[in-house]
Amino acid sequence: MLRINCPFCGIRDEEEFDCGGEAHVTRPENPANLSDDEWSHYLFNKVNTKGILLERWRHTYGCRQWFNMARHTVSHEIIEIYPMGSFPSFNGMNVENVVKEVEA
Amino acid sequence: MSDLNNMTAAESAATKAAVMNQVPGPEIEGQSPLHHADLASLAKQGPKTSGVHLRELKLLGHLTLRCNPANADQLAAVERVLGVALPLQPLTSSENGNYSIRWMSPDEWLILVPGLETFDIETKFRDEMPGHYSLVNSSGGSTVLELSGENVVELLKKATPIDLHAKSFPVGKVVSTLLAKSTATIRRTGDQRFELVIRRSFSDYIWLWIQDASLEFGLVVEA
Ligand SMILES: [Zn+2]
Repeated sequence: MLRINCPFCGIRDEEEFDCGGEAHVTRPENPANLSDDEWSHYLFNKVNTKGILLERWRHTYGCRQWFNMARHTVSHEIIEIYPMGSFPSFNGMNVENVVKEVEA
Repeated sequence: MSDLNNMTAAESAATKAAVMNQVPGPEIEGQSPLHHADLASLAKQGPKTSGVHLRELKLLGHLTLRCNPANADQLAAVERVLGVALPLQPLTSSENGNYSIRWMSPDEWLILVPGLETFDIETKFRDEMPGHYSLVNSSGGSTVLELSGENVVELLKKATPIDLHAKSFPVGKVVSTLLAKSTATIRRTGDQRFELVIRRSFSDYIWLWIQDASLEFGLVVEA
């Protein structure tokens, strides 16, 4: 069970939240122009890092707001919670590379 | 068409959404989602003292307002309509007599008013509110239970992960959370009194859950 610090409501139990999958995955602008391979890559191929992963979460049963979370997928440590549309600020990880890896 | 965000109240009113009076009048009997439980009869038959008291605050008007908390004109309009300001602080509420407002999310509030006043208040909002906003009469989707008594905190502790200690959950605080795995918006209205806004489709389940969970304390049903 994670204890998650909602940016609006404060610390709540994990059961109030849903994970929305990996963060910073950009939807292609013209899906109709993509090949099936490119489209399925966008839909299904995720980095699924063993280590620090950037994820979207939603406080579904509280304020229903989305936010991003940097979480260690082995230790479950929550390293940072940061707003939608921004990148994490913590040190020790090259965020640009992670984002590129997600988008590649 | 003018920019939605910059419309005056008059321009907003001119684009009036389809609004209908969902409660035509007191002569047409409304039925709460707990109608079948016949709480009024249970209140006459049951015990009069116990650790937990339950009352349904039925057939209230539930208005869901979404607007921009940074728009001073909208905030002023709400105050003109309800006589009380929107609670902008997360997890807080405000009230003026029979009108009460709960913070639901950074741009959403749940307003409860007496059922027969709902349409009047909705109409006033349509006349007063400038700019881009949304007001939805969601009365049919929920009902309200009031739980009180010396064991009410112990009862709620069985159902929700929220810390109910008065230090972290003072009177007036509002949380939307899980209650016995169903959703509820819980507001503390007294040291030993809580208001639960619950989904109508879960109201029978919550009613059964409350009866079960309060067995050790005793349950008084109030009409
Ligand atoms: Zn929240």
